[in-house]
Amino acid sequence: MTSHWKAIALAGVASLALGFTVRAEIKLGATLSETGPASFLGDPEAKTLRLLVEQINAKGGIKGEKIKLTIYDDGGDPNKAKTFATRLVEEDGVVAIIGGSTTGASMAVIPVAEEAKVPFISLAGAIEIVEPVRAYTFKTPHTDKMACEKIFDDIKKRGFSKIAMLSGTDGFGASMRKQCTAVAPKWGMTILVDETYGPKDTDMTPQLTTIRGNAEVQAIVTPGFGQGPAIVTRNYHQLGIKAPLYQSHGVASFSFIKLAGAKEADGVRIPGTAMLVVDQLADSDPQKKVAKDYMTLFEKATSQPVSTFGGYAHDAFAIFVDAAGRAKSLKATDIRDAIETTSKLVGTTGTVTMSKTDHLGLDLDSFRMLEIKQGGFDLVK
Amino acid sequence: MRLSHKYSALLVLLAVVAVAPLFFPSSYYYRVASLVCVNGLAVIGIVILTGYAGQISLGHAGFAGIGAYACALAPVHLGLHPGAALVLGALVSAGLAFLVGRPILRLKGYYLGVASLGFGILVSMVLTNESAITGGPDGMQVADLGLRGWLAGIGLRLTTGQFWYFVNALAMLIGAWLALNLNERATGRALRALHGSETAAATVGIDVARAKLSAFVISAVYASVAGSLLALQNRLVTPDIAGYMHSIEMVTMAVLGGVGSVLGAIFGAAVLTLLPQVLTAFDQYEQIALGLIMMLVMIYLRQGIVPGLLALIRGRGT
Repeated sequence: MTSHWKAIALAGVASLALGFTVRAEIKLGATLSETGPASFLGDPEAKTLRLLVEQINAKGGIKGEKIKLTIYDDGGDPNKAKTFATRLVEEDGVVAIIGGSTTGASMAVIPVAEEAKVPFISLAGAIEIVEPVRAYTFKTPHTDKMACEKIFDDIKKRGFSKIAMLSGTDGFGASMRKQCTAVAPKWGMTILVDETYGPKDTDMTPQLTTIRGNAEVQAIVTPGFGQGPAIVTRNYHQLGIKAPLYQSHGVASFSFIKLAGAKEADGVRIPGTAMLVVDQLADSDPQKKVAKDYMTLFEKATSQPVSTFGGYAHDAFAIFVDAAGRAKSLKATDIRDAIETTSKLVGTTGTVTMSKTDHLGLDLDSFRMLEIKQGGFDLVK
Repeated sequence: MRLSHKYSALLVLLAVVAVAPLFFPSSYYYRVASLVCVNGLAVIGIVILTGYAGQISLGHAGFAGIGAYACALAPVHLGLHPGAALVLGALVSAGLAFLVGRPILRLKGYYLGVASLGFGILVSMVLTNESAITGGPDGMQVADLGLRGWLAGIGLRLTTGQFWYFVNALAMLIGAWLALNLNERATGRALRALHGSETAAATVGIDVARAKLSAFVISAVYASVAGSLLALQNRLVTPDIAGYMHSIEMVTMAVLGGVGSVLGAIFGAAVLTLLPQVLTAFDQYEQIALGLIMMLVMIYLRQGIVPGLLALIRGRGT
């Protein structure tokens, strides 16, 4: 019996806490995958948002009004993300939603945000989120298509045009393979070999042997995520293949170098963000200060290394703060209009300039081509 | 005249479903309530399989996945109306349950649990890996049912939240009515008999294999229709719906509320759907609070919340 009364008491306390609202605040909502299989995305994103809100409120907020942040944990489940988005809009009365750590969760939030006319800044990768352009939906991470173009651009600069592809069959790898195949002709690339591997495969030597067998292949592109790309890198090293290896932005982190081995990964090129090479950036580079400030803030507060994913949340928040500062009023529709006119906003991922037809606002220059050298990243100039 | 158990249970459900919207201040409440109904529908299937027939399935989300993806795929590839796709999904689920059920229902206890778990994981893997058809881990969009527009055309304007609350509530009521009817018929008696003792049931002339199989097929259809409704409501499907966690969730809801009773299981579905919403106030302690409440219920009300409380009220204790 006691447990029953406890449950009622708990529910009572909880509903009190929910019903209690403070006036004159800017209400910002987020639904992120803090737990579950996508928590490696959602966890740094949530921590970043909490830190940044705390920081800006300590400085007096936006136009003198403090930000009240509500974060819900959707566990990466689109069904929950949709419910929490509805709650943010209907119950919490937020003026903007940040989140959707995964593409699935973001796609579930979109109809809620569009119907309620509340701006939504997604932190997920897929191009479907902003293409076609929807009035209230924006996003911060690069698309797969841009990563392909950045890689092809670098291959072209080296004077190569004949490539082999070795892609993972997971969601990330499959989507990027599709985008790469689509844009290859535009960059004058010919795909001579097109191989795939399963996300749980432990040896990619057969596929790489096929690629090595084709003497015309000048470069190898490997869209993939998780442990697969690390195994590809090791096998590539073991087989002594000469054609340069390109990994995707999905593994642009120091943990990838650890996983693949510094010796094996030496010479691998990856399109990544400025954050990975912040100390090598020229002092005149506008991203240097932004990335450095964010790194210092995050690493001091959490004692964890920064990740690109937390950077996506940082940029989404920066876009929101910038837009709220410029908006005619702090109503959701006015903030939306202001987000669409974001211009030359420097974030960790790149410099953002939005327009009516571009709700991502990043160009190819925002990607940096990095080369792994002695267990670290080197900026390719 | 005293009302039979069946009608009193149905009346309670109907009253709750009809009165609840009077206390809904916003469409967020309609959204959560509609999820309670759709989970309730799936859980009634578990009551038939586990509560009546005593068989365990840890793979029912697989059928929910089939129902959901039927609504996503059939309109695109076969040109079917989403409503017809729901029926198609139910038929496919029933057929698959029939084929899979024959061998795996020979197993008992843990073995049956593990075999059904394997089935659920297989469905979820196919949905994830066949990305050319299913859209892979990112899922795909689902066509509009069109019924809300039609209702608006004849002058009945409902918001999306209200519409899905009433559709799902209606589906749950019909599901409850069918399950309660089944319980009173020969099939229901046969199921309860084999729950008690398969050997005894067989000696009085019950075809045990057939009775188990029919319970499995019926419960698969419940899960499938629930999956379809969820997909049509969300206008998006991802392989999560067929995931292992969703299967476990269904069984937990039924067991928490009381797996032997339709009302109990629906109450369990309501509790487990509402709790995560209420407990968000606890921030990172949410999972701990959820686990604590479930442990306390399982320790002090072993038959589940509803049967346990009824027994307490009648003074028999637990």
